[in-house]
Amino acid sequence: MLDKEGIAKRIAKEIKDGSYVNLGIGIPTLVANYIPAGFNVVLQSENGLLGMGPFPYDGEEDADLINAGKQTITTLPGSAVFDSAMSFGMIRAQKVDLTILGAMEVSENGDIANWKIPGKMVKGMGGAMDLVASAKNIIVAMQHVNKAGESKLLPTCSLPLTGVRCVKKIVTELAVLSVLPEGGFKLEERAPGVSVDQIKQATAGKLIIEGEIPEMVV
Amino acid sequence: MINKTVSNAEEAIRDIADGMTLMFGGFGLCGIPENCISALVKKGVKNLTCISNNAGVDDFGIGLMLHQRQVKKMISSYVGENAEFERQLLSGELEVELIPQGTLATRCLAAGYGIPAIYTPAGVGTEVAIGKEVRNFNGKDYLMEMAFDADFALVKAWKGDTAGNLIFRSTSRNFNPIMAMAGKITIAEVEELVEPGELNPDHIHTPGIYVHRIFQGKNYEKRIEQRTVRNR
Repeated sequence: MLDKEGIAKRIAKEIKDGSYVNLGIGIPTLVANYIPAGFNVVLQSENGLLGMGPFPYDGEEDADLINAGKQTITTLPGSAVFDSAMSFGMIRAQKVDLTILGAMEVSENGDIANWKIPGKMVKGMGGAMDLVASAKNIIVAMQHVNKAGESKLLPTCSLPLTGVRCVKKIVTELAVLSVLPEGGFKLEERAPGVSVDQIKQATAGKLIIEGEIPEMVV
Repeated sequence: MINKTVSNAEEAIRDIADGMTLMFGGFGLCGIPENCISALVKKGVKNLTCISNNAGVDDFGIGLMLHQRQVKKMISSYVGENAEFERQLLSGELEVELIPQGTLATRCLAAGYGIPAIYTPAGVGTEVAIGKEVRNFNGKDYLMEMAFDADFALVKAWKGDTAGNLIFRSTSRNFNPIMAMAGKITIAEVEELVEPGELNPDHIHTPGIYVHRIFQGKNYEKRIEQRTVRNR
């Protein structure tokens, strides 16, 4: 079974050299720590920055330089800043190659729910609806089951949707799964020490298992 | 050059009245028009509709106006950092319309470009799409979203000249230039106000034609919402 860092490490293997990537809040943010050395990957922050660098050194914080999580950050040589309309323009126009974000639920046809729980205070979707509606490639980082032990990989989402038919791949503490265009979660890899049966039990949606399922290398 | 200078925030917002629709630049607390917000709090105008990506925090930004019950409706993409906001929303005192961040930005852009509406895929198949025209282009569905119609836009820039030309700094640019373009009347507060000729025309982000009033702000707090640092 993977911890959060493990999920982030595994997702980092999906990032190609020379790509532009948008990382959501939570586990996706951790992915930045595992991008292979020597890779030229440009992180986009949707508040208007390409080339997001690490947190600043203590005392060097700049209130005018934050990421979409409102954290103080730095720029890198080659960074560019722009306004919010251009930021979402480059997202809609699919210039950003990969979006990695968290989810509360994913359905077997690739629908995602990650912004609203009825009856609870709704904070808003931020840029998530724009990102999932337009991204070429969307990877979801999440726990396989919720705190109540219920599967988050479902036949259909029960929560209000963020986007439809958009998720391509999911990495959880148990498995790597791809979402097939015709519907269904195709089991690609097992987390270390996790059996196919465990994954079956934790997956409520249609699970497709073909041949031997390799254990992932993290 | 046409001189757009006013002496201070109070003069700049003098004719903002109850019930108006206002736009506020900024992302979180980064790049918000601090001086104009303070002046609006002092003036006490009420029943405002505020278009702003966020709603500030309890004791800063638009949160200050919420505390005075000056806001009737917020149009935002994310409002999570504000307990008073939550209280007013749950008690029904405050109306909120949550819209995708890119839709918010592009509805500003449309207003500033003289385009009545845009088509965006954001929100297709979700509750955001309810009641909206859906149109298919090249096999993909898009929602029609209307350009914003705001009485005033309040923006914050780093430098500006008396002709209203603006330059923004780093990620405090965010919604500021596009809201500057979108307001019927745009008020810009700047950290440094200079004479025409002192800014390089090649470096201008917002041309002065979009800016009706400009003043040099004072006492900028520039509060940081999430101070994150690394060790040396």
